Amino acid sequence: MPKNDLQGSLDLLVLKTLAQRGRLHGYGIVLHIQRASDDLLQVEEGSLYPALHRMEQTRWISSEWALTDTNRKAKYYKLTAEGRRQLQQAEENFDQLVRGIRAMLRYA
Amino acid sequence: MPIVNRIANLFRRSRVDGEISAELESHIALRIEDNLAAGMSPDEARRDALVRFGNRTATRENVSAADSALGLDRFWFDLRHATRQLIKSPGFAFTAIVTLAVAIAANAVVFSVLNVLVLRPLNLPGADRLFSIENSGEPFNSYPDFRDLLARNKAFDSIALYYIETAGLDSGGNPQQAYIYEASSNYFDVLGVRPYLGRFFHSSDDHGKDSIPYIVLAYPYWRTHFHGDENIIGRTVGMNRHQVTILGVAPPQFRGAELMYQPDFWVPVVDEAQVEGQYTLDDRGQQNAMLIGRLKPGVTVAQATGDLKSVAAYLKKTYPTNDDATVFSLVHPGLMGNMLGGPVRAFVAGLMLLAGLILLAACANLGSLFAARAADRSREIALRMALGSTRRRILRQLLTEALLVASAGGAAGIAASVFLLHALSAWQPLPQFPVNVPVNPDTRTYVVAALLAIVSGLLCGLAPVRQILRAAPWEVVKTGTAIAGRAKRFALRDVLLVIQVAVCAVLLTSSLVAVRGLTRSLNASFGFRPQDALLLTQDLNMAGYSGDRAVAMQRRMLDAAQAVPGVAAAGLIDDIPLGLGWSQTAVFKSGTSDFRDSNATAISMAYGISPGYLKAAGTTLLAGRDIAWSDDRNSPAIVLVNRAFARKFFGSVSQAIGAHFLHDKGHDNFLVVGVVEDGKYVTLTEDPRPAYFRPLLQSPTTSTAVVARTSAEPQAVATALHDSVRALDASLPFTLMTWDQEQSSALFAARAATVALGVLGLLGAMLAITGIFGMASYSVSKRLKEMGIRIALGAGKTQVLGAALGRAFRLLAFGSVAGILLGLAATRVLSFIVYQASPSDPVVLAGTILAMMTLGLVATWAPAHRALLADPSRLMREE
Repeated sequence: MPKNDLQGSLDLLVLKTLAQRGRLHGYGIVLHIQRASDDLLQVEEGSLYPALHRMEQTRWISSEWALTDTNRKAKYYKLTAEGRRQLQQAEENFDQLVRGIRAMLRYA
Repeated sequence: MPIVNRIANLFRRSRVDGEISAELESHIALRIEDNLAAGMSPDEARRDALVRFGNRTATRENVSAADSALGLDRFWFDLRHATRQLIKSPGFAFTAIVTLAVAIAANAVVFSVLNVLVLRPLNLPGADRLFSIENSGEPFNSYPDFRDLLARNKAFDSIALYYIETAGLDSGGNPQQAYIYEASSNYFDVLGVRPYLGRFFHSSDDHGKDSIPYIVLAYPYWRTHFHGDENIIGRTVGMNRHQVTILGVAPPQFRGAELMYQPDFWVPVVDEAQVEGQYTLDDRGQQNAMLIGRLKPGVTVAQATGDLKSVAAYLKKTYPTNDDATVFSLVHPGLMGNMLGGPVRAFVAGLMLLAGLILLAACANLGSLFAARAADRSREIALRMALGSTRRRILRQLLTEALLVASAGGAAGIAASVFLLHALSAWQPLPQFPVNVPVNPDTRTYVVAALLAIVSGLLCGLAPVRQILRAAPWEVVKTGTAIAGRAKRFALRDVLLVIQVAVCAVLLTSSLVAVRGLTRSLNASFGFRPQDALLLTQDLNMAGYSGDRAVAMQRRMLDAAQAVPGVAAAGLIDDIPLGLGWSQTAVFKSGTSDFRDSNATAISMAYGISPGYLKAAGTTLLAGRDIAWSDDRNSPAIVLVNRAFARKFFGSVSQAIGAHFLHDKGHDNFLVVGVVEDGKYVTLTEDPRPAYFRPLLQSPTTSTAVVARTSAEPQAVATALHDSVRALDASLPFTLMTWDQEQSSALFAARAATVALGVLGLLGAMLAITGIFGMASYSVSKRLKEMGIRIALGAGKTQVLGAALGRAFRLLAFGSVAGILLGLAATRVLSFIVYQASPSDPVVLAGTILAMMTLGLVATWAPAHRALLADPSRLMREE
């Protein structure tokens, strides 16, 4: 049985963001998720940064320091090959989870 | 890779922390930029960014926790936390670490000794197949029996023979006395050693008497006496005035098959005549050599014993006179068979047990320290639990603390033991004999010590766990001291304290028994007076004297000694009573023709003395006459016997005078002309045994001691005596010491036992004092308020003290009684070593009780003082 946790959804959002946008820093990830979800999803920094560091430790993403457009130093993250595989897996799991919850709600 | 990163991160912590901060800072900065771009004022932009970000510190900590999820970092954190906690309470940390260090050091030292003397096989290749062969329970065999064993056994690959002797070695200049092994020609091959330089002698060199004129040097002797000269091989040196060639040098660690003896060199036993001035290898009655054999692969000890039994049966049939009672047995080698091995093993095992008890006491002490500390910190812990810390986390922190104490204590203990063991290895306990025990610690010692430290640390740290797990935070916070307050009948701490007090009492009892035994043996009647006497020991053979020349020289030495001012009397004896050498003989009734040992009336100590010895030694003549110079080879064989001999052989002292007896070969029919008092001859603990004294003129030997009774302080006379004998023959090696010094060999075992037990007893007492002190001061501080109230309500001193320390004293009394009972049982073991070690000695009992009471007083003095001084008004104000 795949891992169906809602908590894992933050990882999914981050991984998906990095897949769509390539290299991005933490602040950019927050903005992207907010925009792409039509302001429905607000990621909190207090959760985001520990998650980023955890995923870096597990080698799903890698990081490097670089300059922003405004010439400010920031830590940029990007997906690794393993992260890409993890993303695929997480997407499938999430689909299953959503389908399962829908079916559950529709059941009468 | 990741784990490497994590470990690396530990050492780059500050850098990693800085990086996290920088990342978070940049996040906020980016938001501020956007806010500014959206048209906010700088202040507003900054405020908004910070508000949106939330708690920066919390986030940073969470991030760094994510970075080090493996726990290594957290362990680091715990460690730092524990260190801080320990530094915050230096009294606790110091007591705990020192307690553990003392116990670990004691155990490491005793274990090393046990390891070297008992556990570890001899430091020789294939040592597990080497066994000493004992004859009728003693390690001594004759050379002819050895040849027969060698030829007829089927169980051993080979058997070697060796014994300890002295010889004078002359490498240019005057001969110096050396301690040697005389060894059979196959000795080195049986032990399986290879030469460091040159070669060893082998069976193939052996063609009987005097056929191998070679010696092999021991490595240390080669270094000290030949300056480590590599070209020494082939050089000729004088040994007892005979020319021998240095054949080889033994490897550095090799000292033969005895653990405690460091020889100077090895001489082939076939050269016996050159070393000792007499050749006895064809005498089957001359049982003085030790045997060590290497079992064939696959042969068990039982099979070998059976095999030797058949050899013994052959010997008994063929040589009934000497081998009538021969029974061979295999024993562990290294400590002169079971002669030293038995008592040494028992004693060291006993010491190990005591050291274990010390460790137990230390653990009990540590346990109660930790428990008291946990109770003291109950409020802090409760608060932390209430604030959301998990029990697991708190336990982990406590355990880290325990581990830290264990490591610190263990390290200190091991360091101390290494120091002590090096000192012990260098120690030469006997002035006149090269005995020492190289007990330098090996890996095994370190491992055992470290394990003991960690295990005891963890156990002690775990002691208060139950307390903590059961604690309900709200209770503790509410009442302040919920954990300690409950008056349980038996708290774990109390049990630990009782154990500790009992252990201390056991140690005190045994050390008191030992000390008492030692004093008794120092004051016991030896049958001679070692006080105010000098001994000048020499072997004239070393300077080339033999036969009549030796006799004349002995007379000259005696005359010279008597002429020295301050010498009141002087005499000669061949073996000093209670010294390192002795001989005994089977004695028979007159008219016997059956000289088998089984037909002997008694086994008697045999001594040769000159006229004047009795006076010089301070031995009382009970009846009859002393020997005279006229009792020489041309007059009838006469003898003095001691009282035990007279009683056993003739029934009474008066019946002995004028009676006759025979000794083993029946050559002489001895006429008893006098009876002297009984004495100690071999050990201090022996019962009175028969002894006889023959005139030296009728039993000549070159190896004697001049006993000089001094009227002045012996040290003052020593120089004059030394010079006058030196003037007779400058080339004669001799040793000169007071009889008291010589006695140290006889007293060594008892002294060593006393010192060891005394030290352990002291450690035990120290631990008990700290334990009781800790317990008492803890209970006083817990109940100080109550004391204050009692005093305010008019309680007298006794009542206050009773309330404050009653429990401590009850535990002390209980533990002491248990310990004394145990100690009395344990000291039975001591009676093998210590003279008249009687456990039911009222002095010992009183002494132990007194000591325990003093100990209790000392330990509770300060807490009692504190309880009595409790100031109600001040105490009530607090809190």
